[in-house]
Amino acid sequence: MEKRQVLDPTFAAKLIEDTLSVYPEKTRKERAKHLAVNDPSGKNKVISNVKCRPGVISSRGCTYAGCKGVLVGQIKGMIPISHGPVGCGHYSWSTRRNYATGKRGLNNFVTFHFTTFYQERDVVYGGDKKLDKALDELFELFPLAQGASVLSECPVGLIGDDIGSVARKKEKETGKWIVPYNCEGFRGVSQSLGHHIANDMWRDWIVERYEPKDLDPDWEPGPYDVVYIGDYNIGGDGWEVLKIFKAIGLNVVARFPTDPNVWDWPKAKYAKLTIVHCARSTQYFAKSMEKKYGIPYYESNFIGATDTFESLRAIAEFFDDKIKENVEKFIEKWTPFVEKVKEEYRPRLEGKKVMLYVGGLRPRHVAEALEKDLGMVVIGTGYEFAHDDDYEKTYPKLGEGALIYDDVTQYELDRFVEALKPDLIGSGVKEKYVFQKMGIPFRQMHSWDYSGPYHGILGFLRLARDMDMAVNGAPWKYVKAPWKKETEV
Amino acid sequence: MPTKLERMRQCATYGKGGIGKSTTTQNTVAALGEMGYHCMIVGCDPKADSTRLILHAKAQATVMDLAREAGSVEDLELEDVLLTGVFGIKCVESGGPEPGVGCAGRGVITAINFLEEEGAYTEDLDFVFYDVLGDVVCGGFAMPIREGKAEEIYIVTSGEMMAMYAANNISKGILKYARTGGVRLGGLICNSRKVDREDELISALAEKLGTQMIHFLPRDNIVQHAELRRMTVIEYAPESKQANEYRTLAKKIVENEKLVIPTPLTVDELEELLIEYGIMEADVEGAAEPTDPKLKQ
Repeated sequence: MEKRQVLDPTFAAKLIEDTLSVYPEKTRKERAKHLAVNDPSGKNKVISNVKCRPGVISSRGCTYAGCKGVLVGQIKGMIPISHGPVGCGHYSWSTRRNYATGKRGLNNFVTFHFTTFYQERDVVYGGDKKLDKALDELFELFPLAQGASVLSECPVGLIGDDIGSVARKKEKETGKWIVPYNCEGFRGVSQSLGHHIANDMWRDWIVERYEPKDLDPDWEPGPYDVVYIGDYNIGGDGWEVLKIFKAIGLNVVARFPTDPNVWDWPKAKYAKLTIVHCARSTQYFAKSMEKKYGIPYYESNFIGATDTFESLRAIAEFFDDKIKENVEKFIEKWTPFVEKVKEEYRPRLEGKKVMLYVGGLRPRHVAEALEKDLGMVVIGTGYEFAHDDDYEKTYPKLGEGALIYDDVTQYELDRFVEALKPDLIGSGVKEKYVFQKMGIPFRQMHSWDYSGPYHGILGFLRLARDMDMAVNGAPWKYVKAPWKKETEV
Repeated sequence: MPTKLERMRQCATYGKGGIGKSTTTQNTVAALGEMGYHCMIVGCDPKADSTRLILHAKAQATVMDLAREAGSVEDLELEDVLLTGVFGIKCVESGGPEPGVGCAGRGVITAINFLEEEGAYTEDLDFVFYDVLGDVVCGGFAMPIREGKAEEIYIVTSGEMMAMYAANNISKGILKYARTGGVRLGGLICNSRKVDREDELISALAEKLGTQMIHFLPRDNIVQHAELRRMTVIEYAPESKQANEYRTLAKKIVENEKLVIPTPLTVDELEELLIEYGIMEADVEGAAEPTDPKLKQ
């Protein structure tokens, strides 16, 4: 492939150096390892998944946030209960547009949140009994729930409350599934550890312990059974993909996080393939299914048309000709639609410079869609809580000279944006207003800015439309700061 | 009747578990009470046995136990937890969880905060004694020596090796807080275990720590006899020799002006001292080698 330069590497290196120059020596040395000028060969590496420097403004969350907010809170059929003081549970309640079908309060508890409301006496005497009682009350209120997810907050870990033994005891008493997550926020360096804990608990407390036949005696595994995990489920991203799987003849037996029926999860160990979208948050689960049950997994990307088609073809390789033919038919059917979308939006987006800074995986998925399908140019990207493998997969996808910034600080991102003047920034709510005030078009790429879903073919249309609206419909150029008002009448 | 002290003195007793802190504290405070001083004992141990000899019963109503029943510590009244014992000594126990659950240290913090907020430290008090469990294992058990609390620490020790290690460690804790607050070491109380040359040894340790052995308490079974009857020696056998020992200790504490920032020993220095007094032998024949190469320096 031809070497594609998006920024002059010398200029980019100088920008990093200048930005770092204001830091005290120790911070400068450490932060320098997190910043790099991309070389698609991957020779300029950044370090990642290490703790933040004191004094900087980071966008990271904590282990509890990663476990509860990103994964566990979305499980349908399980009642989430935060074991600890009220704040963590309350302020992480319904902060993500996660969708699931079902009847609220009967089998769907996604919009609910409960807390054991830890008090001083619970710290002193331990909160185990309170948790025990809370679970009794929950199952009295919601007898149809499959179970409950118990999420530890910091004090629980500090005093060593044994939530695992409470879970085991209550399981025996109630017959419900109770999964304990020791996801105290002080553990780990970011939300990433929370994902790992959640994945491990699903394996140990759900998939390995229950059999599909316990719940449905007639269930038999089929030749096209797959597990689909790790779509973003912002406004139901996964539904777009489930439609596609249905069209190509795959049978999704277990899924997460869009409409995730927890009672289906034991089927995961009999599937033929685990399809992972967000590898950062769910590949642990996929890997353990591979290790223990020999089920292969594939890391897909259903954002953007090119990658969607590519992923489908790759998935078909795991199956017989029937699926391969179906995929080709599907692609043939939708190619005119995709071309029409590109025809409409690409001319207005071609060559526009984009900077991204999102969670643990999205930049490389979104970057591909923006570059390959819409002709935009990603001149900088970074992850909040990625690991080395994420960056290894990212370097070849970006052009030469693009800035790579791991766990970027607010100061660094401000400087980079000022110097590079991108046409669009895709990041989170913490960054949004800062850059909008700089007059730069912005899209939230965690929440899809209340739009989406962006997965799949129709998602691609929405993605293209939203990027176009942001970049070209920008009202910012008409807005003038009052103190910059021209004096002439 | 002694003259009322100009200001309330807050003292804390620390020491290795089982060394006799509670017994020593209660007997000493009983002696102070007998002299006419107004005293209060704050038990900082979830076992709540720091006031049994003064109250003639184990305190049932601890701060944390009542708070647990009432819902929170805010729902408590001071009179619910403040009990009166012999010689008018006020007694309060922080209480806390049974071993293995919860956080006893937080219980101490909560209880002491409660006592302060509720005004348990009244002006008529001459002495407040905190009786703290075993070692300073976490921030909660250091609560009594934080800024504005106990300013005099008495370490109960004996001539046994581990008791002296503990005394040295506690001195390190005091040193940490002495730098930022007013806490000082008042002295070592030697609660004799009849170890050879015990008084010399503890005097030497005290000297190295920059403090004094404020008193040497000989071993006397009458203390156990009194304990069995839920009493201090002062009350059970006021004429006994041992009662007078506690009275002497109490008097020394009243008169004590030697409050120092301790100078803890290094492990090597401490071992040298033990070797010097024959508690430990230098180059013992057949001493075991460290099990792991990483342990060799």
